[in-house]
Amino acid sequence: MQQTAIEAKRRRGGRGMSLERRRARTAWLFLAPSLIVILLVAGYPLFRTIQLSFTQTSLLQFPLKSHVVGFLNYKFLLQDSQWWHSVLNTVVFTVVSVGIETVLGLGIAMLVNAKFPGRGAMRTAMLIPWAIPTVVSAQMWRWMYNDVYGVINDIFMKLHLTDKAYAWLANPKLMMPAVISVDVWKTTPFMALLLLAGLQSIPGELYEAGRVDGANPWQNFVRVTLPLLRPALLVALIFRTLDALRVFDAIYVMTGTNPNTMSMAVYARQQLVDFGALGYGSAMSVGIFVIIGLFVVAYVVSLGVEVD
Amino acid sequence: MRRRRGVGYYLSQVAFAILVVLVFIYLVFPFFWAISSSLKTPNELFATPLVYWPPIPQWHNYVEVFTAQPFAHNLLNSLVVAGLTTLLALLIGGTAAYALGRIRFGGKRTIFYGILGVSMFPQIAILGGMFVLIRTLHFYNTWWGLILSYMVFTLPFTVWVLTSFVREIPRELEEAAFVDGATPVQSLLRVLLPVMAPGLVTAGLLAFIQAWNEFLFALTFTVDNHARTVPVAIALFSGASQYVLPWAQIMAASVIVTVPLIILVLIFQQRIVAGLTAGAVKG
Repeated sequence: MQQTAIEAKRRRGGRGMSLERRRARTAWLFLAPSLIVILLVAGYPLFRTIQLSFTQTSLLQFPLKSHVVGFLNYKFLLQDSQWWHSVLNTVVFTVVSVGIETVLGLGIAMLVNAKFPGRGAMRTAMLIPWAIPTVVSAQMWRWMYNDVYGVINDIFMKLHLTDKAYAWLANPKLMMPAVISVDVWKTTPFMALLLLAGLQSIPGELYEAGRVDGANPWQNFVRVTLPLLRPALLVALIFRTLDALRVFDAIYVMTGTNPNTMSMAVYARQQLVDFGALGYGSAMSVGIFVIIGLFVVAYVVSLGVEVD
Repeated sequence: MRRRRGVGYYLSQVAFAILVVLVFIYLVFPFFWAISSSLKTPNELFATPLVYWPPIPQWHNYVEVFTAQPFAHNLLNSLVVAGLTTLLALLIGGTAAYALGRIRFGGKRTIFYGILGVSMFPQIAILGGMFVLIRTLHFYNTWWGLILSYMVFTLPFTVWVLTSFVREIPRELEEAAFVDGATPVQSLLRVLLPVMAPGLVTAGLLAFIQAWNEFLFALTFTVDNHARTVPVAIALFSGASQYVLPWAQIMAASVIVTVPLIILVLIFQQRIVAGLTAGAVKG
């Protein structure tokens, strides 16, 4: 990069354009449409959101009438117990669902990594929950969770796991586990596919060597599989964490704005749209942005994604 | 070399088979239940004990989705929005991916990280600002509002997946074109584009699925069925009375939107897995 700059400088006096400069010009020309669109759809809205967070603005009137209130919205935010409750909900949701998904995903990945008849069908089945729209999976589960006609209660009672029917999505104690289970169903297979790719890159000779040395399967798993799977595991974990932190669809569809399960995103949208508080809702958006931004920075730094 | 296979071996094989079957049931049961429910009469739907499969499958719920609900219009909206979003993202993102994957120039790292960062943008963080942008452009409650706002996640994602594909293409191909006197644009169109086709299909498919499934923006930037897409429609389905949800219709609609996705997944599963593991990983 530096070298290119030096060369460009050296040739600036010369006639015509150097190959490097011509290349750079082409590169920027090719990048221009993407950069313009990204500035328009990401840069501008982000700027406006931050700007609005320092104002009191109603969403219902357009053109907007806003007056600047300084840090007042942020002061409210820090004192808003419902906000902190939704932050806590989101963190609980993220930690529990990503934790279960990782363990379960690793298990399924190792299962599918073995050769057995019907492995292809299994892999296809793994893509189904991933491909189903989150809203659809939420509705499907909502119907399965139904307190009177739901199949979950029926199966659980037939297996004698429970002795009566529960209102899974209305009972304050069961709501969060119910919502987390749906997320686990939807994203575990995806996690498993990512980990499967990692597993398949582990050379078989390593296990062979382990067997010659008399290692049992558990030792093989701890000493060979886990260390070599670390990079794939890390990528999958971080992506899922970022995804879970902004959870909206599943919670909104299954339990609406019920405080017991309300996530940061659901609360922010309620303020922004349902209550029309564009200023306060934007301050909340910035709060979410900061929380998730910290994770993104940690991700980019810790993985050091290579460009060339 | 053959090892002796004792009772333990066969027991573990049986345990393994049972585990596989259980996982398979866990993965597909919700979808099976949606299909079964969508084929039931109201009496079967609300029967106790539960009916696991209707003796005479009924198709009327599928008909009612289109007659009692404006679902055909929702489907059209979804197709247009997801289709145009994908085309635009491929068109704009394709050239950017070429620049990032091929050309050496100063500032590339910054741009790449910038795009990577935007691809992880939580949508909620820009909801207010995006709303203002869409209102200002008079795109509220239109296809264009959704297509524009979907660029925020499909474009960086497309650029990222395609960049990883472009990097895999052997440099000699282009050098040969360059020696033959082709300009960068010519080498992109004539040499790289055909080779990039699999990458474009993968990136396009993933972008389409993302746009097809999107909910938050679609819910916020539409107000009625003029531009309302399928996920919002399914979330907001209402029946004759406010308190009774038309579950059989909801399940029928769910099956209708999921079947095309499953067919796509079946056809392109190798590519999808490759694309997801190549670089970008969004659910």
